[in-house]
Amino acid sequence: MTQPLIEVRDLEVHFPVGRTMFNAGATVRAVHRVSFEMGRGEVVGLVGESGSGKTTLGRSLLRLIEPTGGSVRLNGKEVTGMSPADLRRARSDMQIIFQDPFASLNPRMSVGEILSEALHLHSIGSRADRRDRVAALLETVGLPPQAAERYPHEFSGGQRQRIGIARALSVEPAFIVADEPVSALDVSIQAQIVNLLAELREKMKLSILFIGHDLSVIEYLCDRVIVLYLGKVMESGTVAEIYQRPRHPYTRALLDAAPQVDANRRTDRIMLTGDLPSPVSPPSGCIFRTRCPFAQPECAATVPPLETKGADHRVACIRADEIDLVPG
Amino acid sequence: MSAKLLDIRDLVVEFRTEAGLLRAVKGVDLSIAAGETLALVGESGSGKSVTSLSTMRLIPEGVGRIAGGEILFRGRDGTVRDLVHLPGREMAGIRGSEIAMVFQEPMTSLNPAHRIGAQIAEAARLHEGLGRKAARARAVEMLKLVDIPEPERRAEAYPHQLSGGMRQRVMIAIALVCNPTLLIADEPTTALDSTVQLQILVLLRRLQDELGMAILFITHNLGVVAEIADRVAVMYGGRIVEDAPMAEILTAPRHPYTRGLLASVPRTDHAARAAGRRDRLQAIPGSMVDPLKPPPGCDFAPRCAWAQEACTAAVPVLEGVASGHHARCRRWREIV
Repeated sequence: MTQPLIEVRDLEVHFPVGRTMFNAGATVRAVHRVSFEMGRGEVVGLVGESGSGKTTLGRSLLRLIEPTGGSVRLNGKEVTGMSPADLRRARSDMQIIFQDPFASLNPRMSVGEILSEALHLHSIGSRADRRDRVAALLETVGLPPQAAERYPHEFSGGQRQRIGIARALSVEPAFIVADEPVSALDVSIQAQIVNLLAELREKMKLSILFIGHDLSVIEYLCDRVIVLYLGKVMESGTVAEIYQRPRHPYTRALLDAAPQVDANRRTDRIMLTGDLPSPVSPPSGCIFRTRCPFAQPECAATVPPLETKGADHRVACIRADEIDLVPG
Repeated sequence: MSAKLLDIRDLVVEFRTEAGLLRAVKGVDLSIAAGETLALVGESGSGKSVTSLSTMRLIPEGVGRIAGGEILFRGRDGTVRDLVHLPGREMAGIRGSEIAMVFQEPMTSLNPAHRIGAQIAEAARLHEGLGRKAARARAVEMLKLVDIPEPERRAEAYPHQLSGGMRQRVMIAIALVCNPTLLIADEPTTALDSTVQLQILVLLRRLQDELGMAILFITHNLGVVAEIADRVAVMYGGRIVEDAPMAEILTAPRHPYTRGLLASVPRTDHAARAAGRRDRLQAIPGSMVDPLKPPPGCDFAPRCAWAQEACTAAVPVLEGVASGHHARCRRWREIV
């Protein structure tokens, strides 16, 4: 078997909360025993409600947030535990695109400076090379070469997101974490950026971990999907498997809640009640059971393991074999 | 159809900015019948929120003004009044009691220092003149109405102790405390997770069945439109470009912008995918119209694949294309 580009094993990210001089506080397990692999050129969607830990997971892969435990390998090299110098070098292979194109670009730097900063840091090319590279990057993301002379505030939201993408691409990474890159954009602009990402994945063989909540965008763009709930993987599989044959009640509920542009309202929906429980004191057994319409007493007793059901389809539900969740 | 509850005619709203006069709403006609849900759809800068704020007369004075048109509202007593010219005191009597509003971000609309029960009770005392005890009982009743579990206990909670979805339920409770005939909901579910969004939409539909209010629902999400609307009006560049019954907007749009919006929503063709094909989305090119420098003629012409020279000569009129269906496009006959 060829080596995966990204290998994540039992990744843990814990945050202390409520710790004071007099109080030991508690620990939130924002990411709990998450394992997955990504091949070169593969685009994986990471979905879940706010508070599911998807952003924390994405950032901990790049060590923008330090993992508490587990391992992340990039091209076979252990990222967790890398020295700062090694990590800096490794970052030229892994980059991030942020949600908010307004907050993630330095307003005092011209677009040309923004795009060549990383090249400079990684000592890539001469000054003239970098200028050519900036022009090429702008063309790749669909902006005119003159954009290099201008500043972020002169651009619209969609154009700024193009700049953010160009910045991530500047060091020619193999792996990109895209953290809700289209969520802040208007619908018509969103489609432009989704098209751009689809084009880039084909042209550059990029591996992208696409964090998002719009399930139609995820379905369109991704090869595989990971469903996260309170820091744990509930289900993962190919897009076709997850969307057409979901096996976890949470996945089905997410699919049912996604607004469909369809004049006929569905009637057989699984609707969740309430909100995500507090991550400080998650429910015993299956963490989803408090909102699950299929929960039984056993669900409180055992933590369901993430089991393989068919090719590349994993699900953490003790009732996965007995309940039929295929949407009608 | 029953008589119009709200009838906006040729509304024009302007703002004074450092860069010059900005015309955010350029002649909007809009009407809502009693008990009906109208979705007002548009992207940022389309003028949808300004239209709704004008109806509440909440355009900040000195910065912006309603420069023309009428907003005719039929009161509970049956008299029709033009809200544009209503004295401030009379407007205050309508606001909150006959027309109520729910905003996108409940955390900024709720007072963080007061218990939620007290905030609902305040609305009941202010508008309904209830006594302290009656208002408090009303608050608990309202929390029950919006499906908040353990309403007596939750009435004692502060906003920060509630989740986003619960806070939005509280906002709906405050808005409905006086049993308004029109509820204006400005992107009330945009900040929520889709699982919670669905709960709120289903709640609004149920409340409408029970209480019979009309809803002006402002959104940019066509999936939400499909979930809640009876009728839809699409705005672009400060004008209505198309309006029609919900199913017709989604299945037989006649304006290129509406079609572009629908095509921007990814819909995966599983057969094509299985064959390894991923067709590009039909994205609308370019960016939103700059309200300070609107293009000549049709606002959408610079981004429109159907645009011809004549489109830039004059603003097209809103023409009837079918019963209850209008489109502001010279070429609607060719667009099917």
